[in-house]
Amino acid sequence: MIEVREKKDYRLVTNEMRLEFAAVSDNESFARMAVSAFIAPLNPTLEELSDVKTAVSEAVTNAIIHGYGNRGCITDRVQMNCELKGDILQVEIIDRGVGIEDVDRAMQPLFTTRPEWERSGMGFAFMEAFMDDLEVVSSPEQGTLVRMYKKIGLGGWIVSEE
Amino acid sequence: MEEDFKVIDNYLMIRMPEEIDHHNSVDISQRADRYIVSKKVGNVVFDFERTTFMDSSGVGIILGRYRKISCFGGKVYAVNAGNRIRRLLLLSGLENIVELIEK
Repeated sequence: MIEVREKKDYRLVTNEMRLEFAAVSDNESFARMAVSAFIAPLNPTLEELSDVKTAVSEAVTNAIIHGYGNRGCITDRVQMNCELKGDILQVEIIDRGVGIEDVDRAMQPLFTTRPEWERSGMGFAFMEAFMDDLEVVSSPEQGTLVRMYKKIGLGGWIVSEE
Repeated sequence: MEEDFKVIDNYLMIRMPEEIDHHNSVDISQRADRYIVSKKVGNVVFDFERTTFMDSSGVGIILGRYRKISCFGGKVYAVNAGNRIRRLLLLSGLENIVELIEK
């Protein structure tokens, strides 16, 4: 099992939420909306909002179609943990699916294990491009944890500097 | 959904939905392929006027159609692509594959 709840220092945490939903494709938009609502109080720019939504969409889609093989089983679960430390957002997307044997290779642009599904192979590349930092922990038959960070509200800071 | 697909001469026009993700991308690809085969269209035009969200699944739709038609000399076009969609296309290296059309 991938260890998620390590001992945590809550002193800097300003907000937190945990979601668990069935690994079906209808929940891709649900996950995007949930994370948007979660960061709304930080007044993100439209661009930041799109960045976070795209990255979450990629990670959740990966969990559903690669982690659980796109089988649409209602008891397969994807977990989404969001946490704010001030204006730093941390999102974790966790599945208990097949896992990734070679994470470095999976993260290469255009790499896909499912060419027949017409995936673009850009999932991890988009997560990397749109978030500030990305970590992937995975082991075969155990599942995958994707952890992403992004500073929110940079738009407001730029405006006030001017 | 069916009214979002229109054949004009040798072009299949597809009005893309508000949100393009894995959930609806499979359906769009399959419908498009049915038109490409049954109406024998050579080119595909994606209209992003309504689209407010797209992830890499949208890139997959475009790339997949391109592969289907390019061997017969067909082209893929994008109209009404905003900054966001242009950026996604650029990041995926699709700028040489998709021709952007300004209205």
